[in-house]
Amino acid sequence: MINATTPIKAESRDLNFFYSNGTRALKGITMPLYENKITALIGPSGCGKSTYLRCFNRMHDLYPGNKYEGQIIMHPDNTNILDNGVDPIEVRMRISMVFQKPNPFPKSIYENVAYGLRVRGENNKRMLDDKVEEALKGAALWNEVKDRLQDLAFNLSGGQQQRLCIARALATDPEIMLFDEPTSALDPIATANIEELMSELRNKLTILVVTHNMQQAARISDYTAYMYLGELIEYDDTDTIFTRPSRKETEDYITGKFG
Amino acid sequence: MNTKTKTNKASVIDNLDAVRAMIQRHKRNDILFASIGLLAIMFGLLTLLVLFLDLVMDGYPRFNLQFFSDFPSRRAGSAGLLSAWVGSLLVMFVTFLTAVPIGVSAGLYLEEYAPKNWFSDLIEINVSNLAGVPSIIYGLLALGLFVYGLGLGQSILTAGLTLGLLILPIIIVSTRESIRAIPVAIREAAYAVGATKWQVVRDHVVKYSQGGILTGVIIGMSRALGETAPIITIGALTFIAFLPPSPITTTAPYLNFEWLSSSFTVLPIQMFNWLSRPDHEFHINAAATGAIIIVVTLLMNGTAIWLRYKIRKNIKW
Repeated sequence: MINATTPIKAESRDLNFFYSNGTRALKGITMPLYENKITALIGPSGCGKSTYLRCFNRMHDLYPGNKYEGQIIMHPDNTNILDNGVDPIEVRMRISMVFQKPNPFPKSIYENVAYGLRVRGENNKRMLDDKVEEALKGAALWNEVKDRLQDLAFNLSGGQQQRLCIARALATDPEIMLFDEPTSALDPIATANIEELMSELRNKLTILVVTHNMQQAARISDYTAYMYLGELIEYDDTDTIFTRPSRKETEDYITGKFG
Repeated sequence: MNTKTKTNKASVIDNLDAVRAMIQRHKRNDILFASIGLLAIMFGLLTLLVLFLDLVMDGYPRFNLQFFSDFPSRRAGSAGLLSAWVGSLLVMFVTFLTAVPIGVSAGLYLEEYAPKNWFSDLIEINVSNLAGVPSIIYGLLALGLFVYGLGLGQSILTAGLTLGLLILPIIIVSTRESIRAIPVAIREAAYAVGATKWQVVRDHVVKYSQGGILTGVIIGMSRALGETAPIITIGALTFIAFLPPSPITTTAPYLNFEWLSSSFTVLPIQMFNWLSRPDHEFHINAAATGAIIIVVTLLMNGTAIWLRYKIRKNIKW
């Protein structure tokens, strides 16, 4: 059961989302993200879980014609990050994201991690060095790359590249980190590394993760939301969702009868 | 059931020989098509090679330093290319300075900033069409606009601007294509850490598309080098026995812009001029010039390929 005393970091209130072609991809989603917890979004392909995730850093703003309705409130400052008056850049400075496929820039390892700081105008070499080291340590990559920070990021393995992307997202001290199926392009060992890393990151920030892999959701998350056709079917702590779901649809999905 | 599996074409084990024969047949088609393709390539390459060798053999007696340091003359033996190659160089310089900044900015704007609507579609179609407009039309436009309209005369500036216009579509299209080749994931990664549009364009879009843009620029320039029709249309002279004033002077302010309004000739026009003379001796000069134009063009394209390889080496997508 959800503990009512856990502080809420962010929450969506009656969130609807429309793609530019008019498709309504999210239907009135109201859901909290608890502070320093991992919330997993599960559901079949096309259920809107990635769409929901990408609302949190206003990624949809990059493509014209997309429309939000409703609110996403960040705590403790009560900012509605979907408000027209809030610049998406500001939102992305508070909420960082790790993508499905590792997408490092064709730059050096160092520059990849430092880029988020550079766009904030940080040019002090010592400051950058410290932050890059801290982020790479936080992403459990430091020991593997500390002697070749000027190497191209593309020379790393897939799993290392994904941890580099986590370091890049971590370097700017975000409040929330979004993971969009972060291990779907990785082998089982690299996946285990990333999952372990996410569990540790929970101490520093709040995590929202989309996953196709139900075992993964069960392994790493504290709370799980099951979505279907743009609707939030059930939201509860992960144990409850996977052992005693209250909705028949959820049970069908997690037991593999459907999806 | 039994008869059904026997007649089933998809079952390999029952029709092993037939399947093997079919694979052989399909492979023969592979070889056939590869041979036709090879022939098609050879046809183009060999034609060019024969043409080039013919020019080299005809023009062989003129391949010496004097040919580059002499002005044109009434006597074929002592006529040289000096005014033509200097003219080409200066015209190309003006072309480069006008076409590159305008073309790259236009491409960047169209790809990154312009709203996607019917108007930008219209511009896109027009830009692509401009690349196919016959070059003599550009010459007519330049004659009306630059020579008479703006009163720039039959000058290096006019020629440079004309060729600049001519290669603008090539640069715009290649800029847009190399920008489009950047994966969405890389852009999103940059935006996701909080970059503004300008930061994304400056730090990523321009950097990663450099190779393609450069290739487009060089290919455009090598096209401009060989263009004859628009230069004739604006009225370039064919017999120039002097050099334009030097752009660099020994006294302050060390720069001199008089050369921009000087009359000029360029390599292909010099070649055309020699070719149209009845005296066979001049045809040797023309052949030598042709060979030189081809070599310079090949060198420029080779540089483009080399630069693209060098720049793209670190970029994998």
